[in-house]
Amino acid sequence: MKRIYYLISIVFVAGLWACNKDLPEIFIGFQQPENFTQPAYHFSTNNISQKGFELGRKLFYDPILSANNSISCGSCHIQTSAFTHHGHSVSHGINDRMGTRNSPPIMNLAWNTSFMWDGGIADLDLQAIAPITNHVEMDEMMPGVLAKLRGSSQYRTLFKNAFGSDDISTNDFLKALSQFMLMCVSSNSRYDSIMRHDAGKNFTDEETNGYAVFKQKCSACHKEPLFTDNTFRNNGLSVSSVNDEGRYLVTQQQTDLYKFKVPSLRNLSFTAPYMHDGRFLTLDAVLDHYTSHIQPTPNLDPLFLQNVQPGIALSMPERQSLLSFLKTLDDHHFLTDARFSEQ
Amino acid sequence: MKNIFLLSFTAVLFTACKKDDQPLYNATIKAPLSIEFDNIAGSANLQLNTATYTNVAGEIFNVTLLKYYVSNFKLTDVNGNIYTVPQDSSYFLVQEGVTDNVQLSVPEAEYKTLSFVVGVDSLRNTMDISRRTGTLDPAGPAADMYWGWNSGYIFFKLEGTSPASTSADHVFQYHVGGFGGYTTPTPNNLKTITLDLSARGTAKVKAGKETNIHLMVDILKALNGNTNMSFATTSMIHSAAPAIPVANNYMDMFRHDHTEN
Repeated sequence: MKRIYYLISIVFVAGLWACNKDLPEIFIGFQQPENFTQPAYHFSTNNISQKGFELGRKLFYDPILSANNSISCGSCHIQTSAFTHHGHSVSHGINDRMGTRNSPPIMNLAWNTSFMWDGGIADLDLQAIAPITNHVEMDEMMPGVLAKLRGSSQYRTLFKNAFGSDDISTNDFLKALSQFMLMCVSSNSRYDSIMRHDAGKNFTDEETNGYAVFKQKCSACHKEPLFTDNTFRNNGLSVSSVNDEGRYLVTQQQTDLYKFKVPSLRNLSFTAPYMHDGRFLTLDAVLDHYTSHIQPTPNLDPLFLQNVQPGIALSMPERQSLLSFLKTLDDHHFLTDARFSEQ
Repeated sequence: MKNIFLLSFTAVLFTACKKDDQPLYNATIKAPLSIEFDNIAGSANLQLNTATYTNVAGEIFNVTLLKYYVSNFKLTDVNGNIYTVPQDSSYFLVQEGVTDNVQLSVPEAEYKTLSFVVGVDSLRNTMDISRRTGTLDPAGPAADMYWGWNSGYIFFKLEGTSPASTSADHVFQYHVGGFGGYTTPTPNNLKTITLDLSARGTAKVKAGKETNIHLMVDILKALNGNTNMSFATTSMIHSAAPAIPVANNYMDMFRHDHTEN
């Protein structure tokens, strides 16, 4: 009998040892989460490979992309804040120049139909050009970035391994960055495991109530499962002195004045401050806005005009349960996944 | 004897006719055709930086940069056959002082009409990055002809200084773009230019020589026309809607001057 215990112990210890051992990591490319819709990105022209993804990650964290090699993409998109710039209403770029908008999360971009708060960029592959060349962000020129990369024997090797050529073309550079960003999928929140009917996962009573409130009062814009419908809407924010005209800047249609993209609600606990200009520091301030401070600016979304007072009516208990539900969208695994971290 | 002479004469005549019927051009052979974009300002040759010009508003200005895309070349021959230059080799960037010549390879024919687009068509403007090479590479020649924040090519850039401009250093910058948008309709400033070559010389394209169609491009017409631009009221244009009057003006900027056959 004792011997059996002894043997079991040995097997158990051996098992633990096996777990600790550095097994060769098997690269799992882009995976479509079971409870998500079909992605919008054109994978047919950019097949994700381990080498391409790893190169994209290296580029994402490399300050070589900025004019004076001081800041990287990761400077304003920090993994532990779901790839936002925590604590910054608007981000500071090169030489601490201030922008006018809050840095959005790099998360589930494969499902985005447009990029930036105003949707000015329609293809993820073209997205990186904007921050690289923006005067207050990285202030570099695209030919400058490629010249620096081509001057690096390490990068030439990495591009050769990933794309079969060490020419470092614009296409390969931008697609490597896309590969990294596309892989940044957040789909392991409590909400997701409940939707996937994982064993033993259920909403609490308060979360269940909150989910009902959400479905009734928020889901028209923050559509499941990505928690955005990818549209542009004016949610009644007061117009600040910056007078950011939002989507109008892109389309120059009066009907788009003061409209911004509906952001996802995933990982809200980590992405404060909120709104396109990061004006609200807490979720309470956001809900205060929706209940009491909606401004009748041009193109205010009609959804806010269904009651006597513009906005969304929320009782105190509704509000509490809603906040509980929103916390089920937090994905701690995404924030700590070593695949997405600077190596 | 007389009869024989007449007969021979008739025979010679017939032979001559037969010869005329034979095609001069072989459409299966490609031959070089160049198009010169000769930038001028009214009746003066355009001279960057040093020369000064006056617009209809009476404002004096100089030009420091002139750059524009021409694309989607099409030629119609005297028989009405249309040849479209393959898209992948149909995008050119003209820049004063750098490049003013577009080199094409087209089937042998006598062409009477030339048409092209000023700018980059909406199809190419929304194509995968792998198809944006050469003059369309946003990290190459197109680096300063591309709006990164609102993905799309800049079709036309005219920059300079004018004492009338209220911008810093009296600079003016007229940048025209706008291909109509991906999903939401946005201003479309794509302009197709069609020029009849018959009055000033058709292009007789044959292998073994180079035919050149010489165009005059009058930048004053980009400023004066349907809307007379004033640097005092508008010194900066950096998006599609404000650029509409400039694009409408420059439709009349291109004129066929002569053809060297």
